[in-house]
Amino acid sequence: MSQSTSQPVPPPAATAPRLQLRGISKVYPTVVANDQVDLSVQPGEIRAILGENGAGKSTLMKIIYGVTHQSAGHIYWEGEEVRVENPAHARSLGIGMVFQHFSLFETLTVVENVALALPGNPALDELAQRITEVSERYGLPVDPRRHIHALSVGERQRVEIIRCLLQNPRLLIMDEPTSVLTPQAVRKLFETLRQLAAEGCSILYISHKLDEIQALCHTATVLRGGKVTGECIPAQETPASMARLMIGKDLPHCEHGAARTDGDVRLRLAGLSHASDDPFGTDLKDIHLDVRAGEIVGIAGVSGNGQQELLRAISGEDVLAERFPVQICGVEAGRLSPGQRRKLGLCFVPEERLGRGAVPGMSLADNALLTAAHSQGLLAGGFLRFERARDFAQRCIEAFNVKCGGPGAAAKSLSGGNLQKFIVGREILQAPGLLVCAQPTWGVDVGAATFIRQSLIDLRDRGCAVLVISEELDELFEICDRIAVIAKGRLSPTRPASETTVEDIGVWMSGMWPGADSSELPTNRAESLHA
Amino acid sequence: MLELEARAEPSRLMSWLSPLLAVVLTIAGGMLVFSALGKDPLEGFRIFFLNPVKDLYGLSELLLKATPLMLCAIGLAIGFRANVWNIGAEGQFMLGAVAATGVALYFDGSESALLLPAMIVAGALGGAAWAAIPALLRTRFNANEILVSLMLVYVAQLFVSWLVFGPWKDPDGFNFPQTQMFGDAALMPVLLEGTRLHLGFALALAVLVAGYAFMNRSFAGFRMRVAGEAPDAARYAGFSATRMIWIGLLLGGAAAGLAGMGEVAGPMGQLTDKVGSGYGFAAIIVAFVGRLNAFGILLASLLMALLYIGGEQAQQYLNLPSSISMVFQGMLLFFLLGSDVFINYRLRLRRRAVQGH
Repeated sequence: MSQSTSQPVPPPAATAPRLQLRGISKVYPTVVANDQVDLSVQPGEIRAILGENGAGKSTLMKIIYGVTHQSAGHIYWEGEEVRVENPAHARSLGIGMVFQHFSLFETLTVVENVALALPGNPALDELAQRITEVSERYGLPVDPRRHIHALSVGERQRVEIIRCLLQNPRLLIMDEPTSVLTPQAVRKLFETLRQLAAEGCSILYISHKLDEIQALCHTATVLRGGKVTGECIPAQETPASMARLMIGKDLPHCEHGAARTDGDVRLRLAGLSHASDDPFGTDLKDIHLDVRAGEIVGIAGVSGNGQQELLRAISGEDVLAERFPVQICGVEAGRLSPGQRRKLGLCFVPEERLGRGAVPGMSLADNALLTAAHSQGLLAGGFLRFERARDFAQRCIEAFNVKCGGPGAAAKSLSGGNLQKFIVGREILQAPGLLVCAQPTWGVDVGAATFIRQSLIDLRDRGCAVLVISEELDELFEICDRIAVIAKGRLSPTRPASETTVEDIGVWMSGMWPGADSSELPTNRAESLHA
Repeated sequence: MLELEARAEPSRLMSWLSPLLAVVLTIAGGMLVFSALGKDPLEGFRIFFLNPVKDLYGLSELLLKATPLMLCAIGLAIGFRANVWNIGAEGQFMLGAVAATGVALYFDGSESALLLPAMIVAGALGGAAWAAIPALLRTRFNANEILVSLMLVYVAQLFVSWLVFGPWKDPDGFNFPQTQMFGDAALMPVLLEGTRLHLGFALALAVLVAGYAFMNRSFAGFRMRVAGEAPDAARYAGFSATRMIWIGLLLGGAAAGLAGMGEVAGPMGQLTDKVGSGYGFAAIIVAFVGRLNAFGILLASLLMALLYIGGEQAQQYLNLPSSISMVFQGMLLFFLLGSDVFINYRLRLRRRAVQGH
C-alpha cells in the first residue's frame, strides 16, 4: 500500500484525552488477561491496539465498553473518572464498538437489530432509510430488511459497523474489522475511519495486520501477555520491528515450493448448479473447477457471493439432485451425505467454528469425535473409545500448538484463534486426500496464521489436494498455486497465482473477468470498482 | 436494587443444586398449602413425605410406583437430548399395555415360560409403533412431533376404552370395563415376598443402565447429543437428522411401552380403561428434574413416586382431594424451572448505574 499521500500524522495533543486508562488489570480465576495497562487516546486520534490472540486486546476493549469490569485500575472519560457499568452505559457516554464475534440476533432483520441498540423506540421505516444513507455514504451496502441469519460473515460485519456509526460515537472501537473485506473495501473503510477521525471521533483499532496499521493508525500500543510492551508511531516503524514488539521475535514466513501439476483430480465440479435453500442466498450457476493432488487452489470473492452455498454443496451439507456435478477422488458424490464423502477422503474446515465446526459445550476430545470418529478408529462396536479420542485431541493440541486446558476443555472456552487451530488440526491430521478449507485464518493472530498456512502447504506437498475459500486476498496469494474468483454464484476461470495480481483479482471480484456475462454484473457491489 | 446478572458460564454446581432447591421449595410450598386448607403443616409433611416410607412395604410400593416413571423418563431423555420432543409417552405407555395384553389374551391358559418374554417384546414394540407415527409424520411431512405425539395420547385412551368396553371385555366381569385377569404365566414374578414389587423394577434398572450406556458411551448417543446441542455441527459432521428423530421417538416409545406392559402384567394383572395413570406425563417432569441423566432420573423417579403415594396418603388420612398429587407435581416443575434460571444467571445487589454526562 502506498504511504506517500495517506501517511498518518498524529493529531495535536488536546487538553484532556478522550479516554485514558491507568493501571487496568483484569484477573480471571486461571489467567491474568490484563496487567497494569496504561492507554490514552486523544480526540481525532486513531490508535492501534496491536497484539497476538490472547494478548488481552479484546478483554481490554470489553472493559472499556462495559461488557466486563476491571479488577483494578481507573478509567477516565474526557478527564473524569468513570466506571462503565454496561454497554448501554458505554453507548450513552459515546463509545461504540464493533465486535470480532458479532452480537446480532439472527432471527431479526438488520433494521430490527439496529433498533435494539438505539435508545428509545425508533420508527423502523425511518431507521431503514437512515441505514441505507449511512451504508451508501460509507460504502457498506446492506439491505435493511434482510434477516441476519441469511447474511454472510462479511455482510454481518457491515451491519455491526453501520449500527455503531448511526449512534455518532465519539470513540469507536473496531475489533479486527477488515478480516473479511476486499482490498478495495478495506480502503473504503479506511477512508470512512479517517473521515470520522477528522470529524473528531477517536478510534481504537484492534488488529494484527501490520500493513493496515501502518496505513491507517496514528499511534499504536502493543500488548503481549496482557502487558503493554511498547508504544510506537507506526509510520516510523517497519512491519518487522512492530512484529518483534508484538510476538517478541521475527515474523515467520511460509515456505512455498512449486506445485505439482500432474496430480490426479481429487475434486471436480462439473457444471455445478444449485439453487440456494435460502431466499436471500446465492444460487450457484454452472461451476466448473478441478483441484488436483499436490496443489492449492484458492477461491476469492466478497462474502455473500455463493461461497456458503458452494461449500455446502461440496461438503454434502446440501445434497444435490444429481450425482455428477461434485466428484470427490473420482467418485460422483453429488448425492452422498457428508459422512460418506468423508470416507472418500474429504476433510472440511467450515467458516463458523463454534456451533458448526465444533460443539460449544463439549470437550475437545468429544469434538475430535465429531469428524474423526471413523477415520481415526475412535469407535469400537458403536461405542466410543474415550482414551483414543483424548489421545487424538491431544495430538491436535500438540501439533497445532492449541492453547487450552487440555483435551477435556470445552470448545467454547478456547479463543477463536485457538479453536480454529484445533479444527484445522483435527482435519489435517486425518491425512485427507482432499481438504476444503473456508477462511482458514479468520481472526487468527499472525504467528498462528503463518503456522496454519504452512500446514496447508505442507499438506499439499504430501500430495493432498487443497481448496481454500477465503476473503483475504493476501492469504490466497501467499499460499495458492491457482486462484479463481466467485461472484454472484458464478466461478471465474483459474489463473496461476504467480501470473496475476491483487488488483486484477479485486476487479474480478466484482464479476468482471474475461468472458464473464456482463449482464450478470452484481449491481450492489459496484462500489468496489470505483473505490 | 436486586437484579439478575448473566453468568459468564453456566454454573455446574447450580445445575445439580437446582433440583434440590426445587424439592425444598416444593415441600415448603406444600406445607403452606396444608396450612391454607386448615391442616397442621407438620402433620401434613409427616403423612405426605414420611408415612409412605416408614416400613418395608411402603418402600416396596415406592419402588413399584417409580418403575414406570423411570422407564418412561429414560426413554424420553434420549429424545430430549436431541431436541426430539416426545410428549406422548402416556399414549405409548397405553399401547404397550394393549400389545402385551393382546399376547396374554391370545395365549390365555398357556403355561409357557416364553409367554412373559413375548409380552415384554410386544409391549416395547407396541409403544415403539405408536411413537413411529409422529416420527413418520415429522420426517416425511415435517409435522410437529410435540402436537402429534400429544394428540395420539387421546387416540390411545379411546382405543383402550373401546377394547375394554367391547371386544376384550371380560365376559365374567359384571360388565366392568376390563379384561379378564391374566394367568400366572402372564404375570411378572414378585421380587420381594409379601409385596407387589415385581420383576419390572429390575428391568427398569437394567434399562436405566442401558440408557446411560447409550447416551454417554455409544456413538449413536453422541450423535444425538451433538444434534441437540448444535444442529449445524451435526449437519456438518453428517449426522442424519432423520435418523435422530426415528431413534429418539422409537426408543422413547419402546421404553414407555415396556412400562405399560409392566403395569398390566404387574400390579394390575389385567387391562382396564384406567391403565394410563398419568405416568407418561409425569415422566416428562422426572426427565427434567433428573437433568436428562440416568442417575438423576433414578432419584427423580423416586421423588415423583413419593409425591404420588403421599397424595394417596393425604387423601386417606387428611381428607384432601386426590388432585393434591397434581398440585405437588405442578409445584415441583414450577420451582425447578424457576431455580434453573440461576444456572445461567445470578442474583446481584447493586446500586443504580451512574449515567453518562
